[in-house]
Amino acid sequence: MLPKLFFGYFAAVITVLSILVVTRRNPVHSVMWMLLLFFNLASMYLFLDAEFIAAIQVIVYAGAILVLFLFVVLLLNLREELKANRFIGSWPAGLIVAAAIMVSMVFAINSFVPGPMGTYSIDYIQKETYTKVLGEVLYTEYLFPFEIASLILLIAIIGAIVLAKKRMRS
Amino acid sequence: MGVPMQFVMPDLRPLTPEILMTVLSLLVLLSDLVIKRKETIALLSILSVAAVAFTFRDSLGVTFNGMFISDGYSRFFGIIFVLNVILTVLISVKYIGIERVNFGEYYGLILFSTLGMMIMASAGDLIVLYLGLELMALSTYILAGFIRYDVKSNEAAMKYFLLGAFASAFLLYGTSMIYGLTGTTNIKAIAGYILLHGLMGNPALTLAMALFVVAFSFKIAAVPFHMWAPDAYEGAPTSITAFMSVGPKAAGFAVMGRVLLDGLYPIKPEWSAVLIPIAILTMGVGNIVALSQTNIKRMLAYSSIAHAGYALLGVIAGTADGLASVMNYMLIYAFMNIGAFAVIIMLRTEGFKGDNITDYEGLSKTHPLLASLMLVFMFSLTGIPPTAGFMGKFYLFMSAVNAGYTWVVIIAVIFSAISAYFYLRIVMYMYMKDPKQEVAISTSPSMSLALAITLFGVIAIGVLPASVVHLARIAFP
Repeated sequence: MLPKLFFGYFAAVITVLSILVVTRRNPVHSVMWMLLLFFNLASMYLFLDAEFIAAIQVIVYAGAILVLFLFVVLLLNLREELKANRFIGSWPAGLIVAAAIMVSMVFAINSFVPGPMGTYSIDYIQKETYTKVLGEVLYTEYLFPFEIASLILLIAIIGAIVLAKKRMRS
Repeated sequence: MGVPMQFVMPDLRPLTPEILMTVLSLLVLLSDLVIKRKETIALLSILSVAAVAFTFRDSLGVTFNGMFISDGYSRFFGIIFVLNVILTVLISVKYIGIERVNFGEYYGLILFSTLGMMIMASAGDLIVLYLGLELMALSTYILAGFIRYDVKSNEAAMKYFLLGAFASAFLLYGTSMIYGLTGTTNIKAIAGYILLHGLMGNPALTLAMALFVVAFSFKIAAVPFHMWAPDAYEGAPTSITAFMSVGPKAAGFAVMGRVLLDGLYPIKPEWSAVLIPIAILTMGVGNIVALSQTNIKRMLAYSSIAHAGYALLGVIAGTADGLASVMNYMLIYAFMNIGAFAVIIMLRTEGFKGDNITDYEGLSKTHPLLASLMLVFMFSLTGIPPTAGFMGKFYLFMSAVNAGYTWVVIIAVIFSAISAYFYLRIVMYMYMKDPKQEVAISTSPSMSLALAITLFGVIAIGVLPASVVHLARIAFP
């Protein structure tokens, strides 16, 4: 009962916060609500026994990415931004589609049958500590995806350089 | 439990082409430091992909616990990707100079994007599939926005990026549902688990399948997930539009075939019921909206949407024959579409955009050879024999009829007839109107080579399709 209560609380708060993020007129307020959202997400990870991901969520998302967001917001012209509409004219259509997707998801989730349990039970992870197990899996079983991810990061760096390069002399 | 995991070095032989491609892409990227002539870098990148293509044959095998599959299927797509790179680089050399974006990173990014496509086609695991897709997409986003001082190019990159991120979210949601249901992300194991536990018809599995179809539809620009395509294709540098309309689309079909026909084959009735309306809408919207376009890049964007609709017929057929005709069609599409884009690029000169349909008026009088090449490519895109486009469509429609989808094929033929109007309108403008202005063309040896290769491909496959079709058939297990 208690876990369900916890989950219900965080799920409700996360939903409310997400709605606040997209509906605020002032981008600074949106970013601040997002900060709160990231902390709630981190609690959700903690609740799922994934403390490493929870810490990463706080450090990377709340710490680094959000600061970047704030930098970008500071470059905007806030006065004009406050006058602009948050949504395009056809938002009711989007809302209907989103509601339809939600209804079909709720319907589908009801018949969800969980698959087999993996080798990494909660007891095992608690004994071996989460970070160690994660590292082991990442560098053995998932070595190949891990290497592809490193290439993706390289592309991100190259992209940043290309987009910031000086204009070519004609 | 408790014993430290032993690390066993996996068999790297099936990965040889990918490893070689990574090394060579990095070298091409670094060569920009020492090589000042960008033409040399272009040549290096063509040699790189050619070297990679030579390693395909000896690479067959499965490695990393089934995460990576190097088989005839993935390597056939590999050949399409290699061809795509060679043709794109050939048509880029002069063009990116005219657009004043002659940076060395351009070629490196094309190679990395292709590496992503190769990983996608070989993915035996949903996580590898996702990462390959992101590697491909991220490089392509940057390439789409490569003309930084051009607002349209920025818009193209932005829209492509936002909708691509949106599609990734669908893919990840679908992956997480499948993982929850089956406890695995291995595509073959998913099919086994579904069959063993009788999950067919489970609404949660159907939802996961629908999420996958949505994500793939974004990548191949199928209606109603095509909204990004016209703007992205119009704004991106024309050479990259050619690249985007062939590579990522073929890669999208490669993963679609792998996931739907391998992993989700047990629920084929469900996914073909979702794909049939998507295919019909795609052919309909693509062909009908193309009628009213005045910009040729936009017109070809809608045409590319329509062609994705035809190719979907092969997936819907769900047979080895159907998938072989999709592979075949993607190869033919690479030739004819890049050929058409090569002609468009030739009309782009200093201070003249040359992407309006009216710019083609009377081209047969000023540049008869160029006009006749465009004629061949337009005939092929329409599907008029003896060009390759006809053979490609013929095999696709045949496979769908054999699988019992005759009524869908009839609709496809009707839309195909409608498409003749806008392709042949270009031909009509070139041959039956008088030139209103003096249109200059930018020629270069590399461009002539690209046109020669595409023309050869379109005619050769059109006249002698059997060898390519045979290759595609034996490639698919």
